[in-house]
Amino acid sequence: MSAANLRGHGRHYPEGSLRSPAGLEDNLIDMDKTNFTNLFAAFDREASSRYCALRQTARERFAALPLPTTRGEDWRFTSIAPLLETPFDLPAAVSVPLPPAVGPRLVFVNGRYAKGLSSPMPNGVRAGSLADIDAIQISQIASETDSPFTALNSSFLSDGACIIVPDGVVVETPIEILFMSRPNGKPIVTHPRVLLVAGKNAQATVIERYLGDGVYFTNAVTEIAVGEGAVVDHVKVQSESDTAYHIANTQIVMAAKANFTSHNLSLGGALVRNEVRVRFDGEHAEATVNGLYLAKGKQHVDNFTVIDHAKPNCASHEIYKGVLADRAHGVFNGKIFVRKDAQKTDAKQTNKVLLLSDDATINTKPQLEIFADDVKCTHGATIGQLAATQLFYLRSRGIPLEQARRLLTFAFANDIVNRVKIESIRAELEERIV
Amino acid sequence: MLTIHNLHAKVADKDILRGINLTVNPGEVHAIMGPNGSGKSTLAGVLTGRDAYSVTDGEVLFEGKNLLDMAPEERAGEGVFLAFQYPVEIPGVSNSYFLRASVNAVRKHRGEPELDAASFLKVVKQKMKVLHMPEDLLKRPVNEGFSGGEKKRNEIFQMAVLEPKLCILDETDSGLDIDAMKAVADGVNALRSKDRAMIVITHYQRLLDHIVPDFVHVLSQGRIVKTGGKGLALELEAHGYSGN
Ligand SMILES: Nc1ncnc2c1ncn2[C@@H]1O[C@H](COP(=O)(O)OP(=O)(O)O)[C@@H](O)[C@H]1O
Ligand SMILES: [Mg+2]
Repeated sequence: MSAANLRGHGRHYPEGSLRSPAGLEDNLIDMDKTNFTNLFAAFDREASSRYCALRQTARERFAALPLPTTRGEDWRFTSIAPLLETPFDLPAAVSVPLPPAVGPRLVFVNGRYAKGLSSPMPNGVRAGSLADIDAIQISQIASETDSPFTALNSSFLSDGACIIVPDGVVVETPIEILFMSRPNGKPIVTHPRVLLVAGKNAQATVIERYLGDGVYFTNAVTEIAVGEGAVVDHVKVQSESDTAYHIANTQIVMAAKANFTSHNLSLGGALVRNEVRVRFDGEHAEATVNGLYLAKGKQHVDNFTVIDHAKPNCASHEIYKGVLADRAHGVFNGKIFVRKDAQKTDAKQTNKVLLLSDDATINTKPQLEIFADDVKCTHGATIGQLAATQLFYLRSRGIPLEQARRLLTFAFANDIVNRVKIESIRAELEERIV
Repeated sequence: MLTIHNLHAKVADKDILRGINLTVNPGEVHAIMGPNGSGKSTLAGVLTGRDAYSVTDGEVLFEGKNLLDMAPEERAGEGVFLAFQYPVEIPGVSNSYFLRASVNAVRKHRGEPELDAASFLKVVKQKMKVLHMPEDLLKRPVNEGFSGGEKKRNEIFQMAVLEPKLCILDETDSGLDIDAMKAVADGVNALRSKDRAMIVITHYQRLLDHIVPDFVHVLSQGRIVKTGGKGLALELEAHGYSGN
């Protein structure tokens, strides 16, 4: 299936020839990994020994895996050149003020668990810093991918968030995980890690939030195991600084009858790549994989999703919506695999983009690979602009142009916003758009 | 209140309005009738600032101010309101959100404080009753899934909430059955006052049985070719637009 390259009336890149002005990406085939590997030794001096062997294995893997280039299909529209050219340092331990928690929360500042800023976890849940918990499941899900960035994250595995909800435990209050980056003059890199395990018939809601100031690189990996009959609602709020780099792999494995919902809300960052991978590992499971990305200025936001229907009788629903203003560049690449035995699969994918400027660009690429014959799979993509008739209608009622635009933008995003079950996050999104 | 002088306007290089002259005083109701394509909606669009039209000559004064220089939202703030011939659907925005944004924008323009949610709701509920609007109206998205009649009533409802000085109704009666038309006419009549003027664009004189105009104008090929009292509408009904 070929890529659809769609945009405003501004820049035009012919199919298959997206290039930065200098054609920089193509010179990076044998890219230098030392920007990251030269931090290993210093990191180990401070790191916990718990994951020493795991780090070692991951480093070997990182060394063996080629870094992605725009020549490959999966990174065709996103160049990682800025990551290799920015000299990142390991972050220093800093303390930051933070408003008191309203619910259970785990806070990480510059990659380190901040106990003082965190709040108690709900009863019956084993949760805290990965440095303190023996989590046998760690890295089992993430190691399924051959992503060098995932291997790189594991190469720095020492701390992170761990939430284990035992069988039958139902947690009503959302648990928030906060990752903050605070560089001190020089750019820093952190490798946030989350492990969320929901046991048989367990239920939990987890908010993963990224914040920061200045120039830094967040290379996050989240592993989620949804047990048999378990219900997990996951919301990621990416509010990085507008000079941050954010690459994240959120990887989910679902047991039979499991129910998983993901809302990937991508709001900040200069260069962002959100990967979400869902694999069905049991029958009669259901996944909802939604996303909303808002980009302006020169932000580049790449959403890459993989839904792997490896087992029969599962359903996946995916809606991604993007709002691109100014010279922002969006990418949506949604893969759905339906394996040979995965009969009665029901997979829906929708991707909608609102271009608020003629200079904003979107590249979308649905990719359905279906090897079973008795399945229901649909996908659709639309790209549009604000409707002049709607704008005029609002203005004729006294609503100023700028407000009318924001109102219509919110209307576009609203069906994603409304699906987020957490009221405070809905309010936050409305505030942000309107 | 409104003075239109020698107004010429184009759409896509086509001359549509070709020298309109019209004066509307407070308290007056003017009906504008005319065949399809004569320029009635164009006139309404030019008065409210729709950008598909370009004015090539003439001027429009609203309470002494140059209306044509104002953005659509400023005109609304000054008190000009158009009940659309084709009301626009806005999925994803509820009527209450939209109306409150609208009311407060207009109040802001007039230098009045914004209405809080409670006072807004009080005003709106009362007007809903007068116009027999469905209970769930406020929660529903603007005009989405509304029947033709509901959309037209919603226009009049918005008008009642915004209390403009000049109301322009563009074929608000078309597509309405007789009961719906009466409901709309009642709503409009309730808004008639000595300070408020109305321009009622219609194709049929039956609406004018319910909203009785002070003046009737016939628009043809972009010009007002005839002006009379309410009797003119009946004459037109009997003899057609060309039967002078
Ligand atoms: N957006 C447009 N593009 C081209 N022609 C238009 C447009 N809007 C109106 N017209 C033309 O202008 C003329 C007047 O239209 P309109 O004002 O809608 O008439 P009325 O409301 O009296 O039926 C018609 O000939 C119509 O075809
Ligand atoms: Mg018309």
